[in-house]
Amino acid sequence: MSTLERIQAGLNGITFKVVSSREGTTTIEIAIGDAKETIRRLRDACGFETNTFVTAVDRQPKTPRFELAWQFLSYKHNDYVRVHAAVEASHPHAPTITDLFAGTAYSERECFDMFGIVFDGHVGLKRLLMPEDYDHFPLRKDFPHQGIEPDRLYREWDRRRRERQPLAEESES
Amino acid sequence: MGSLKAAQSHSSSDEGFLATRVDELVNWGRKNSLWPMPLGLSCCGIELMAMIGPKFDISRFGAEAARFSPRQCDLMVVAGTLTWKMAEAARTIYDQMPDPKWVIAMGVCSSSGGMYDSYSVVQGIDMILPVDLYVPGCPPRPDAVIDAIMKLQKKIERETPIKNLMKGTIVGEYDEGTKRFVRAPNQYNPTTSSHEVLAPGEYEQR
Repeated sequence: MSTLERIQAGLNGITFKVVSSREGTTTIEIAIGDAKETIRRLRDACGFETNTFVTAVDRQPKTPRFELAWQFLSYKHNDYVRVHAAVEASHPHAPTITDLFAGTAYSERECFDMFGIVFDGHVGLKRLLMPEDYDHFPLRKDFPHQGIEPDRLYREWDRRRRERQPLAEESES
Repeated sequence: MGSLKAAQSHSSSDEGFLATRVDELVNWGRKNSLWPMPLGLSCCGIELMAMIGPKFDISRFGAEAARFSPRQCDLMVVAGTLTWKMAEAARTIYDQMPDPKWVIAMGVCSSSGGMYDSYSVVQGIDMILPVDLYVPGCPPRPDAVIDAIMKLQKKIERETPIKNLMKGTIVGEYDEGTKRFVRAPNQYNPTTSSHEVLAPGEYEQR
């Protein structure tokens, strides 16, 4: 029983499209609304018990703009499956899968940090690497590669450092 | 705050024989016992370890005593990619090192940002630190860094610490209130880099 046959048996009733991937990983494309149910079935019925990554691709001139990608690994069958789902730029929302795979909490935070895709239902969805009040998303195609104010936090820290008076309280006593 | 003008000389012999000879002695001591502060931030750190190890052996130049406390060091070797998140730590380590101190930018990443022409990487550590020597290479061979240390030794030979003291050259200020010597500040200087930094408004206009 091949990987694809196992997936087709497990995802009975969900519409999905098999797409080709460059390195030969079994890849299916689904609607974003079916993502939660598909992934649940992949875990419970098809034996994919590990999530490898959650990430996105920005295909800017195209619509829909973002392509969300999950990859799952089955230790038992020694194979991978990749799940793609298109996300609109006007409504960049996706369901979280942290209740199915707890380890994806960080992956989803990173994806939110870099692409601005909001994972509905994620408990602690906030910036992971960039400053918390940052307005831009670095891995989007329209972000300049040299960044927008990359030195802002350091500049503020440097100003505070030079304003600080060494041992000021001690000298007053 | 009064300027530090210790041992102000009154006679015309302030650049005299004694100062020159003592300078030589002090410089000889300083240049042959550099204590490096290894700031291994990425792959350059491996070459730095090789340089300290027996094959390349910088103890031949008296610089093998690498300490991981900045209080015991006088040579900071920034080996690798300095990100903006690490910049505060690097500057703090530099501030904690006692005077006199020197900085080597090892590799292209710390010299100019290198191939990381990116929003997360400092485009040359001279934006935040005064640098004495830049070592090219990605990463540089340990020989290249040894060469940099030898060049730094030549640079230290030309310094005039005692003469500066006798002439009253201002290298900082003594704060009467806090009873502390404050080194002349090195300002954060974004203009030393060719990196283009966009203001938020500028970005929206594009």
